[in-house]
Amino acid sequence: MFLIPDPIGKFFHRMASPPHFYALTEKLMPWLTVFFLLLLLPGLYGGLVLAPPDYQQGDSYRIIYIHVPSAWMSLFIYVVMATAGAIGLIWRIKLAEIVAISSAPIGASFTFIALVTGSLWGKPMWGTWWVWDARLTSELILLFLYLGVIGLYGAIDDKRTASKAVAILALVGVVNIPIIHYSVEWWNTLHQGPTVTKMDKPSIHISMLVPLLLMAGAFKLYYVIAMLQRARLELLQRERNAQWVKAMLGKRA
Amino acid sequence: MSLSHAFFAIIRRDLLLALRKRSEIANPLLFFVLVITLFPLGIGARPQLLQAIAPGIIWVSALLAAMLSLDSLFRSDFDDGSLEQIVLSPHPTSVLVLAKVTAHWLVTGLPLLLMAPLLAVFLGMPQTSIGILLLTLLLGTPVLSLIGAIGVALTVGLRRGGMILSLLVLPLYVPVLIFAGNAVEMAGNGLPVTAQINILIALLLLALVLAPWPTAAALKMSIS
Repeated sequence: MFLIPDPIGKFFHRMASPPHFYALTEKLMPWLTVFFLLLLLPGLYGGLVLAPPDYQQGDSYRIIYIHVPSAWMSLFIYVVMATAGAIGLIWRIKLAEIVAISSAPIGASFTFIALVTGSLWGKPMWGTWWVWDARLTSELILLFLYLGVIGLYGAIDDKRTASKAVAILALVGVVNIPIIHYSVEWWNTLHQGPTVTKMDKPSIHISMLVPLLLMAGAFKLYYVIAMLQRARLELLQRERNAQWVKAMLGKRA
Repeated sequence: MSLSHAFFAIIRRDLLLALRKRSEIANPLLFFVLVITLFPLGIGARPQLLQAIAPGIIWVSALLAAMLSLDSLFRSDFDDGSLEQIVLSPHPTSVLVLAKVTAHWLVTGLPLLLMAPLLAVFLGMPQTSIGILLLTLLLGTPVLSLIGAIGVALTVGLRRGGMILSLLVLPLYVPVLIFAGNAVEMAGNGLPVTAQINILIALLLLALVLAPWPTAAALKMSIS
């Protein structure tokens, strides 16, 4: 591990130990929840109450405070999943595998939320629930990629093997996502006339931007909380015969 | 045995096996023809509508036919154990996988190419775009086989891998579908299609270089 600085290497080694991870995340959880609420509540208040209505879209633009962070998260989580999968494949770290597979359902949910809020926003703006807009379409394909990952994990009985399969698939997906995204964008510009497909991107006003960034931070923390919870459960399930789990359960009982 | 020897030995073996089991060649081809025949029956014999959507129909059918044929890529080798021999051999698995994919494409992809002009005439496609259709199929179907190989390698150990395979593979087929379908459509309107063809070539080269690696890794995972 000569390429990686020593403290980081140590951190990974310590985190890779399941009992340590379990204890540490248990201690972190309340803090994460507090920070999550500290970002979420001002974000919601700022977005839904303080920010002025848009001069064209009125109040319906406020859905971006859910929609945009979800769309960001959907891509972000896929990259996290692929990275964790790669770490799991290369260094055989069990916890990285667990983080990868615990991320998949959360990423799929964020993608789904982005799609639903996008179409809810589209109804008053475009007049239809669904437009084959480039971004919506690539989100839809991203959802299929997530479902493929979840489906593959469910289909393989041995969970170690399943984690490897999922990691390979996620890596293939992460190479393909930019290709798919740009081909869909290209397809869209050729097939569709210049309809109102994108929100204009001139500088968004600061009173709208701040709540948006707060919400983005809140969503990130929510992801970390949800992912860690799933990872802890998955860890307990996989390690149910290990000594430390038995000792811990014995202590609690 | 040198690497190129092993490469061609695998191709020869797979072609020989395919010739002895001709149904494996015929099935995807028949599927391709049948699906395309169903479209006029489903939407009515409206020549103009059919002509307009012909590139999309042909390409979506080719996609589905390619996907259906994927199962035969590693299945019999997995069942009789020769897949393990391939993985155990001293040569890099990725290169041997490439040989298997090449043989598979020759057996299942190439026939689609030969059948396509007939189907184009069925759907009333303009003469000018038939050449481009063949070119896109020539460049696109190998990509489908290469990407599909990853999906099959991941699912070959599963008893009911069929449904999950389509979920894994079809989203990854989207770029090929977009560029190939669009090239044929544009050619029908007499527009230049060099950009689309160049991108298809790029996709083919990328898939040729990159796809065998995850396929080999997935195969090793599947047989372990």
